[in-house]
Amino acid sequence: MIGIVDYGMGNLFSVSKGLERLGADSFISDDPEELSKATGIILPGVGSFRDAMSLLEKQKLDEFLKKYVAGGGYLLGICLGMQLLFDESEENGPAKGLSLIPGKVVRFTGMDANEMTYKVPHMGWNRLEFKHVSPVIEGLEEEHVYFVHSYYADTDESYITASATYDVEVPAIVGKGNVFGMQFHPEKSGQMGMSLLKNYLTLVEGKGEA
Amino acid sequence: MLTKRIIPCLDVKDGRVVKGIQFVSLRDAGDPVELAAFYDQEGADELVFLDISASHEGRETIVDVVQAVAGSLAIPFTVGGGINSLADMKKILRAGADKVSLNTAAVLRPDLINEGSDYFGAQCIVIAIDARYDEELGSWRVYTHGGRKPTEWEVIDWAKEAVTRGAGEILLTSMDCDGEKQGFNIALTKAVSEAVSVPVIASGGAGNAEHFQEAFEEGKADAGLAASIFHYKETSVKEVKTFLKQQGVVVR
Repeated sequence: MIGIVDYGMGNLFSVSKGLERLGADSFISDDPEELSKATGIILPGVGSFRDAMSLLEKQKLDEFLKKYVAGGGYLLGICLGMQLLFDESEENGPAKGLSLIPGKVVRFTGMDANEMTYKVPHMGWNRLEFKHVSPVIEGLEEEHVYFVHSYYADTDESYITASATYDVEVPAIVGKGNVFGMQFHPEKSGQMGMSLLKNYLTLVEGKGEA
Repeated sequence: MLTKRIIPCLDVKDGRVVKGIQFVSLRDAGDPVELAAFYDQEGADELVFLDISASHEGRETIVDVVQAVAGSLAIPFTVGGGINSLADMKKILRAGADKVSLNTAAVLRPDLINEGSDYFGAQCIVIAIDARYDEELGSWRVYTHGGRKPTEWEVIDWAKEAVTRGAGEILLTSMDCDGEKQGFNIALTKAVSEAVSVPVIASGGAGNAEHFQEAFEEGKADAGLAASIFHYKETSVKEVKTFLKQQGVVVR
C-alpha cells in the first residue's frame, strides 16, 4: 500500500489515479501515523519550495519522512517533491530541505553560454539520458517524459540515474539508497511514466514480501 | 532536447465535447474521456479543454469532466473557459487538471494572475490571448469575451504584463487567421515569443503539417494548437509529427 503525502500542495489526484491505473492500492494522508503504515511513500508537489517545507514542518511530516527513510522505507519524490529531498533551495531566498540527498536546488538562468536567452520554465517533453543503473529504470529505454519546472537540483553525478538536456544537464531521476526522485511528472508522461512508476511499485512490493 | 508540442483543443459544452462528430470509430464522440484517450494514442503531447457552456449549470459539469479525464489520461491537460476566480482555479486544478487558462477574467482583473501563480505556481497558469491586427494601433490588439470586445491592451504589452504577474505560458490565438486554415500568424507568434521568457502556444489558422513547421521554425513557437483539422480528420497528430520528424523538427 503506497502512502501519498498530502501537505496541501500538489496534484495528488493525478498521482493516485496513475497508481490506480497500475492496479496499485494507495491512500492520501497528512498524518504521520497513518503514513507510517505504508509500504512505500510518494511525496508529490507543485508550488514553491519554501511554502512546501513550512507546511511539511507544520504537520511534522519532515521528521516523519526522515525517520521513515532511516528505517529503510522507500520514498519517491516527484517534481517539487524531488527538490525537497535536497539540502536547500534558492527559490524565494534560501530555504532548507529534507537533506536526504546532498545537493542544492537552483534556478535555470534563462541565458546560455552564448548569452542567448531560453525559456523558463523548462516545460514539455524531453528525452531521458540514462547515467547509472537503477531498479527504477530497469528494462526501460531512453524515452521522453513531461517536465514543468523552473528550478533544478545541482547534485553530485553519482546520485543522478537519468538526466535531460536543457541548457544544463538537468537531473531527471535521482537516487540514494532507498530514496528516489523524479523531476518530471511520471503520472503525466504517458506509457514511459507509467513504466517508471511500475518499477518503483515493484521495488516497494519486493520489500513488502521480505 | 525539449520537443515541440502538438496540442489538440476540445470544446466542451455542458459536459460534452462538441465538434467531435467525425470520429465515427468512437462509441460516443461526445465523451471527453474517449476523445482524450484517442488523442493520447495518436501522440498528442497535451490537451486543452475549452468550456464553452453558456449557463452556470453547464459550467458546473466541467469539474466532472476534469475528474473523469484526469482519471484516465496520462498526459497533461489544460482547462479554460469561465474561470473567473481563485476558487474556480482551485476547483479545476484539484479535480486533476494540470493547468488553467485565463482570458477575459485576467484582463478585467490582472491581479487574478498573481493570485493563481502565487498559490499554484506559474506552471499552472496559462494566459490565453485573443489577438487581432489593428491598423490604428499599428499592432495587434487584445480582445476579450470570446473575441467580441476590443480592449485597450496591445498584445505584446499584455503578454509581458501577464508574465511579470506570474503567467507560466501564453496561449496565443490569432483571430485574423483563426478558421482560415492558411497557417498560423507567424509575425504575431514570433513577436510575442521573442518578447516573453515563457513558452508560447501558437493557435489559430493551422491547416496542415507544414503550418506547424512554420510556427516552430519561423514563429519561434514552443507548441502548436489546433482543433478542427484534427477533429475533422483533415490531418492527424500522428501525420503532423511524422512530417515534422522528417523535416528535422524535434518531436516526441
